[in-house]
Amino acid sequence: MKIAVLIKQVPGSESPLPLNSTQTWVDEPQVTYTMNPPDNYALEEALLIKENVGDGEVVAVSLGPERVKKVIREGLAKGADRGIYLEENSQIETDPLSIARSFASVLQDENFDLILTGLQSDDAGMGQTGVLIGELLGLSTATLAVQTNIQDEQIRVKRELESGWFQWVKLPLPASISIQSGLNTPRYPSLKGIMGAKKKEIRVIPASEHQTAEKTQTIKKVFVPQTTKKTEVIEGNADTAAARILEILKSDVKVL
Amino acid sequence: MKELGPDFYNITDLLTEEELLIQQTAHDFVQTEFMPLINQHYENATFPMDLVPKLGELGFMGSALPEESGGAGVSNVAYGLILHELERGDSGLRSFASVQGALVMYPIHTYGSDEQKTKWLPELGAGTKIGCFGLTEPNFGSNPGGMVTRCKRDGDDWILNGNKMWITNGSVADVSVVWTRDEDGIVRGFLLEKGMEGFTSSDIHGKLSLRASVTSELSMANVRVPDSARLPNVEGLKGPLSCLTQARFGIAWGMVGAAVDCYNTAVDYSKERKQFSKPIAGFQLTQAKLAEMVTCLTEAQLLVYRLGRLKDEGKMTFQQVSMAKRNNCAMARDIARTSREILGANGITEDYSPLRHMANIESVYTYEGTHEMHSLILGQEVTGMAAYDT
Repeated sequence: MKIAVLIKQVPGSESPLPLNSTQTWVDEPQVTYTMNPPDNYALEEALLIKENVGDGEVVAVSLGPERVKKVIREGLAKGADRGIYLEENSQIETDPLSIARSFASVLQDENFDLILTGLQSDDAGMGQTGVLIGELLGLSTATLAVQTNIQDEQIRVKRELESGWFQWVKLPLPASISIQSGLNTPRYPSLKGIMGAKKKEIRVIPASEHQTAEKTQTIKKVFVPQTTKKTEVIEGNADTAAARILEILKSDVKVL
Repeated sequence: MKELGPDFYNITDLLTEEELLIQQTAHDFVQTEFMPLINQHYENATFPMDLVPKLGELGFMGSALPEESGGAGVSNVAYGLILHELERGDSGLRSFASVQGALVMYPIHTYGSDEQKTKWLPELGAGTKIGCFGLTEPNFGSNPGGMVTRCKRDGDDWILNGNKMWITNGSVADVSVVWTRDEDGIVRGFLLEKGMEGFTSSDIHGKLSLRASVTSELSMANVRVPDSARLPNVEGLKGPLSCLTQARFGIAWGMVGAAVDCYNTAVDYSKERKQFSKPIAGFQLTQAKLAEMVTCLTEAQLLVYRLGRLKDEGKMTFQQVSMAKRNNCAMARDIARTSREILGANGITEDYSPLRHMANIESVYTYEGTHEMHSLILGQEVTGMAAYDT
């Protein structure tokens, strides 16, 4: 069982998030980064599948500037067997399709049985990369997995639907599955794992070797929602005031 | 450190990626597995024994020792960062790890026979066996050379008699490193096993400090052990004192962790707590306290960082360790108290950590060489004159 886990590096939940001068993203030098928490569950699921099957390989894959190698090494410390780093120095939060194409161009030669991703990234939160890669590589695809079972050349996946409903689907391998957070308990990297990680291979794919598409989507502006306070004094007699209140309740507050 | 506490002098930039990941791992472990338990254990005066194998599994026991000695072969700075995170949780947790790693695994690794190493180190490292260290006696604390515990040769065996006091993990230890004097006055170390005839322990109750830690008295009444129980590769006080140097190194790091927890708590609280027209963080009196705290913390961080690198290079002296232990205990003691002041009345409840740290630090300030003894060690180093009986 050969499994790729796509791991993104995102700003930590306790990091300061100042905007950059062009207001197109956060000001990266001031941000502290962490492994995207949903991807941590995907990594754990990959390690558990490998342990249950009894053999195979888990490969930690990440794309971005040099700093993202850190999350690959964290994956290696937790038990992934090797890493693949796709160098990409332009903005990576903007365009899931071009990012999926980059991943697909590298992953297709590896013939993975399974590609796992977290359900979404904690920063941009688009939730599309895993699905798009599945489509680009012609893999069977499922999202929001809360349980997985490998059965011969198939994988059974329990998906979380809306309103407390679940769905079991059976997919032929190879497959690309996005993992719902909370389905397992991610392990801590042991000191032995951390010390051993530096001996594991990280294959570096230079930007020129994986960028197969122009970006079709860019971020125009990032902003913090403004909270405003507006007071309206309703003038006139009771009938006029009542009519105005009715209008507000219908059109502004939308409770009628 | 950057995301885990104040890092005013960018010390994070001096750490390797591995060291940072190790600190992050220790931090996550303590916050997730230990913090939900600490108040209950502190109140009940118990230690969360269930966590011990988990600490071992992660490699936190004696982690700077080589793998074949039950450690993980990490740098001394990484080891210090682990203890920093354990003590950010509670001094009881760090004390456990210090005793196991520095006072039990270290002497067996350094002075033990191959048989002793094989028997104890893997399980001590894995956290499936627990150790303790018996040096202090009811009447001999700062003056361990005065110890009255005796070992006497009897054929191929030794007979041990005496009492050891203030022994962390004494009653739960599977193996005790006990220091004694023989008939010629030579200090010798022995490994005593739980349940040996004549070897008993009793816990010390009523502690108002280090409540989440087992503290015991050990008693030896004609305990007969074979010569194979003796640590064969050391004689004299340098045996136990070299262990204390290892433990004090960890304490100096741990104290920074406790102080960071207090400082972070105080800063967060001061920004939210409004009195008069604004948060108390906006008042000069609070800011003066915070400025003093962050300065002292930064000094302490720099001391242990440099000390760790000196240890990694094999250049650390015990006097340098004394300076760090002495300074950082006093620093943490002051910061815990000042943090409690900033928290006002809320600071006396268990909802906030500073008062618990403050009570713990009273023990740490005094054990492993009192503040005063470390002053004398430094005084002797800079003057060449000992101000105590030698």
